[in-house]
Amino acid sequence: MISRYSRQELFSPIGKNGQKKISSSHVLIIGAGALGSGSAEALVRAGIGRLTIVDRDYVEWSNLQRQQLYSEEDAKNRLPKAIAAKNRLHAINSSVEIEAMVADASVQELEAWASKFDLIIDATDNFETRMIINDVSQKYGVPWIYGACVGSYGISYTFIPEKTPCLACLLETVPLGGLTCDTAGIISPAVSMVVSYQISEALKILVGDLDSLRGKLVSFDLWKNQFSAVNVDSLKKEDCPSCGATRSYPFLSFENQTKTAVLCGRNTVQIRPPQTADRDLEALETILIQQGRVVQRNPFLLSFQVDPYRMVVFKDGRVLIHGTKDVSEAKSLYHRYLG
Amino acid sequence: MKVTLNGESVQLPEHITFVSDVLKHYNIHEKIVVVEVNGKILSRLEHENTRLADNDRIEIVHFVGGG
Ligand SMILES: [Zn+2]
Repeated sequence: MISRYSRQELFSPIGKNGQKKISSSHVLIIGAGALGSGSAEALVRAGIGRLTIVDRDYVEWSNLQRQQLYSEEDAKNRLPKAIAAKNRLHAINSSVEIEAMVADASVQELEAWASKFDLIIDATDNFETRMIINDVSQKYGVPWIYGACVGSYGISYTFIPEKTPCLACLLETVPLGGLTCDTAGIISPAVSMVVSYQISEALKILVGDLDSLRGKLVSFDLWKNQFSAVNVDSLKKEDCPSCGATRSYPFLSFENQTKTAVLCGRNTVQIRPPQTADRDLEALETILIQQGRVVQRNPFLLSFQVDPYRMVVFKDGRVLIHGTKDVSEAKSLYHRYLG
Repeated sequence: MKVTLNGESVQLPEHITFVSDVLKHYNIHEKIVVVEVNGKILSRLEHENTRLADNDRIEIVHFVGGG
């Protein structure tokens, strides 16, 4: 039988040897939105050994335009993205071990997991998480690949610990709002392009062909027909708090962890209890129904309406409050309905 | 002046002298960009005192968060 990977093995920089390396690798994808869907499908088709995919959200209708792993059925059922992704990925390639985590990738989780991965692929929608990924990457020596897009614009960079500058070298502050959360929207070709950049680099890392890495910060605008690739090596800072000589990994410290987050472009606040909880959704459903509320529940989450807000309660204790960007307003709703 | 911005030929308005003027003109927050002029990466301090001239090649890469 001709191997399902024969075309990839014929590609000489990979070959049979490279394929063996790919099939024994373990990659973490953080985020299962547009970029995460694309990256996960590409890696699973390429035959990686194990994939861990983590996402805190669930599938909605507005995702279907570009998040390639999801179907209308997933949106109807409000299936957590990690679970829906796993189902689809397993159907694509059942020989890949897929671990789905319905969770917020925060400091505790990432520190606990990091050392077992060969590579981390960034598919998040916020810089708070990216700064944590960056510190974890430096601390545990795991490379990571930044990717992001908005509108018809996309950007990517490959961070190799002890070699390239790190994200904290390139960015003086954590960018807030603006370019990510405005109403610029997104078209799917921008997503595919970023995914292509990320996965090409990922394959090079997995087969050990580090000399072929791009080494440049790449960005493009598919609508304005612009492209740029910039060598940023000179921005590596000796005194960088994340990768410098006297590093302190500032984004792993407790003070830098946030328990609430305004979700990108969604008019939604997430509240996360200090410890992971195991919420009794069935009991909560009973209480809410007694209050005369319409409740939707599946094994992973429960959702109900408190006009003009909608609250979604996850089994691990997290709560999404849709209809507000105001953290304190969200907190007050949280306490009013969930104790 | 006429410069090449991210590979495209662009006519910049009269009032633009420094790199920081270009960023302001395009409404780009300077803390989230990397700017290269004629193949040389600028530090953020250099944005304000790097004068632009005709035919300069400018690359502006801005970081975005969406995914
Ligand atoms: Zn650094």
